Amino acid sequence: MDEILNIRGISKKYEDLVVLDHLDLRVRSGEVVVIVGPSGCGKSTFLRCINALEKVDDGEVILDGKVIDPQDKHLSKVREKIGMVFQSYELFPHKTVLQNLVLAPVRVKKMNRKEAEKEALRLLERVGLLSKKNNYPRQLSGGQKQRVAIVRALMMNPEILLLDEITAALDPEMVREVLEVVLDLAKEGRTMIIVTHELPFAKAVADRVVFIDGGRIIEEGEPKDFFEHPKTERLRKFLHSFTYE
Amino acid sequence: MGFELLLKGNNLGRLFGGLAVALKISLLSVCISLILGTVLGSLMNDRHPLIKGVLRGYLEIVRLMPQLVLLFLAYFGTTRVLGINISAETASVFVFSFWGTAEMSDLVRGALSGIPAAQYESSMALGLNDVQTLVFVILPQIIRRMLPLSINLITRMIKTTSLIMMIGIVEVLKVGQQIIEANRKIDPNAAFGIYFTVFVLYFAVCWPISKLSKYLEKKWEA
Ligand SMILES: Nc1ncnc2c1ncn2[C@@H]1O[C@H](COP(=O)(O)OP(=O)(O)OP(=O)(O)O)[C@@H](O)[C@H]1O
Ligand SMILES: [Mg+2]
Repeated sequence: MDEILNIRGISKKYEDLVVLDHLDLRVRSGEVVVIVGPSGCGKSTFLRCINALEKVDDGEVILDGKVIDPQDKHLSKVREKIGMVFQSYELFPHKTVLQNLVLAPVRVKKMNRKEAEKEALRLLERVGLLSKKNNYPRQLSGGQKQRVAIVRALMMNPEILLLDEITAALDPEMVREVLEVVLDLAKEGRTMIIVTHELPFAKAVADRVVFIDGGRIIEEGEPKDFFEHPKTERLRKFLHSFTYE
Repeated sequence: MGFELLLKGNNLGRLFGGLAVALKISLLSVCISLILGTVLGSLMNDRHPLIKGVLRGYLEIVRLMPQLVLLFLAYFGTTRVLGINISAETASVFVFSFWGTAEMSDLVRGALSGIPAAQYESSMALGLNDVQTLVFVILPQIIRRMLPLSINLITRMIKTTSLIMMIGIVEVLKVGQQIIEANRKIDPNAAFGIYFTVFVLYFAVCWPISKLSKYLEKKWEA
């Protein structure tokens, strides 16, 4: 399968704090890569460097064979192709669900509004939220908001989706409804990079799991090997921190 | 009780004229405050400590200083010390704008800082550029947060214009006093009726404005 994303040796520092230390990652089309690692190890920073919300100090991000230049005037053209969903949903509070969904397609892709709305309704139906189309974000539960946020990213039909701990702010009973949407997307063949602390979900959804610690990739592998036969001591310790025995 | 004086001569017309003077000064000041306040408010979140410090200082001073003192300072102070002769109306607009700009800039600052950085980011992540993000995502939120509060400032300004008679401007309250004075002999109890009328005039102007603000607040509550 062809490669969509090629991340080469990216590094990021905040003052003296090295957050990313020459990270490499290649993602094939249709692949689901899950990133795990202790809090503060740089997972969010890593995702934010991919769509240039954060500027890298070194290295490069190559999307479809083209280097993403953070200085590019047309950076927004590149960001269109990279969907991102945040832990805190970040729906636009002054817009209804439907308005949230059609904003970018209409303004950025210059899609016809009627068509954009049709597509929005189709996707809303798919995540079970058709009845909420005219509600404001404040009228939705966390799980509903997050499903709308996923749909909003899908509306741009991105080549790759970045999900940053999208269930971390949710009450436990809402986690499932969101993760099921993501599982569904994986089945459909969407390319995704997912940061999560939900290890059973990671196991179910991932083609490949990557463990980051101290700004570096310590270990990566297929989910079965990764979780059942970790090779490094650090990963063993990390996985152990999720068990109670 | 004084109400009959309203029909005498052009008294009612004069009261309206006084009200118009007050409204003119407050509306002019509001417009200036809106523009300057927006500029200063966006600067207040500036990283530069000097700009931030100066602006905070300005806001504190304006808040602590009674508007009447500012009026006297601007009107009597400048003519004597600086030798420039500004009209009482100019002095009033200056003082009200000075005050309104400070209040407005704090409103803008508050509204801006209340918008999480992630709102900008989620908009840009969708592919909206800087201008689109500002126009479609950030500004609508700022306006919704600010409008009810700035309307409130407008009503406060209109009420405070009653002070400008102290520097010789004949606004509605002053007109009222003049009418009472002029009729002291024939109608010693005119004060109640005239002041009540002044009250009704203020109310008639401020109440709809305040209602509008309540309505917007409800409509946009987030
Ligand atoms: N803007 C910033 N300025 C300074 N330091 C930052 C900034 N953003 C992140 N950091 C630091 O960089 C490190 C990595 O942060 P990051 O958010 O990428 O971690 P994370 O792996 O996503 O953590 P978590 O699992 O808690 O979300 C942290 O130590 C954090 O304090
Ligand atoms: Mg994070």
